[in-house]
Amino acid sequence: MTAGQDAPDTEASRMTTRFHPVPYGGVRIEIDRDDATLLRSMAELLLRIVEEPDQQDGLAALVGISESATRPKDPVLARLFPDAYTDDPAAATDFRRYTENDLRRHKRENARRVVEALPAEGGQVLLDADDVQAWLKVLTDVRLSLGTRMGLETEEDVYALRAAASRDESLAAAAHIYEWLTHVQENLVQAVWRQQG
Amino acid sequence: MTAMPVELDEPRIEEHNRPDTPWVTIVWNDPVNLMSYVTYVFQKVFGYSRAKAHKLMEDVHYRGKAVVSSGTREEMERHVATLHEYGLWATLQQDR
Repeated sequence: MTAGQDAPDTEASRMTTRFHPVPYGGVRIEIDRDDATLLRSMAELLLRIVEEPDQQDGLAALVGISESATRPKDPVLARLFPDAYTDDPAAATDFRRYTENDLRRHKRENARRVVEALPAEGGQVLLDADDVQAWLKVLTDVRLSLGTRMGLETEEDVYALRAAASRDESLAAAAHIYEWLTHVQENLVQAVWRQQG
Repeated sequence: MTAMPVELDEPRIEEHNRPDTPWVTIVWNDPVNLMSYVTYVFQKVFGYSRAKAHKLMEDVHYRGKAVVSSGTREEMERHVATLHEYGLWATLQQDR
């Protein structure tokens, strides 16, 4: 795991995005235009990753059962939709068949919720308790997707990435976004905790 | 209530699937998820105190995995499905 406050003191940590707890489990976020644009584009990327597989049987989808129930080959999808059983492939397949469609739908709904909440010009976003859950999950899914794509498999890889990003410009952009999302998520968790008192 | 039948065949249960053995939900460490977030998820999903949730998070982080709940297979499948919604790497198995 990562300690959010240990992420390097780069531009990413000097965030303009601010989080304030509000009553009834909500959080108020002040986000500028650039941050709102970046977060929206990340949530839209996630939407495409978790979109419905098009070859799916419509009736099976209607009753929430997947036709194909094997572990996704793509490492990002495999991380977002992990096997539920490590020691029983048949049980893992069954679990996937009956739950993966719902999980995909859940992740899509969360991503749409974040996209729709973000003001185009930036400004204030008022999240209620349900929105907070959706935002936390979307920030997680985006970071998992980005992290998996950048090859993060161990905690050492995270430190190696920071070192590599300082030398490699093409990696630097993705690493910067990743670190920024880390700070956003850490701040959101801390705001929720302050809210709970 | 239903009267118990007097004669019962001794059920033949596979070693792997003894019904009296509880099932457990396991969360595995990963390099991406935040320590604070994982602690928060354990509080939210299981209703654990922040102290207990923090301890479980540390077990996952330092030992690579931890049992976070136990109960029936159906309950554990629900826990795993919920933890997958939160992006945690969770599996279930019968306790051994």
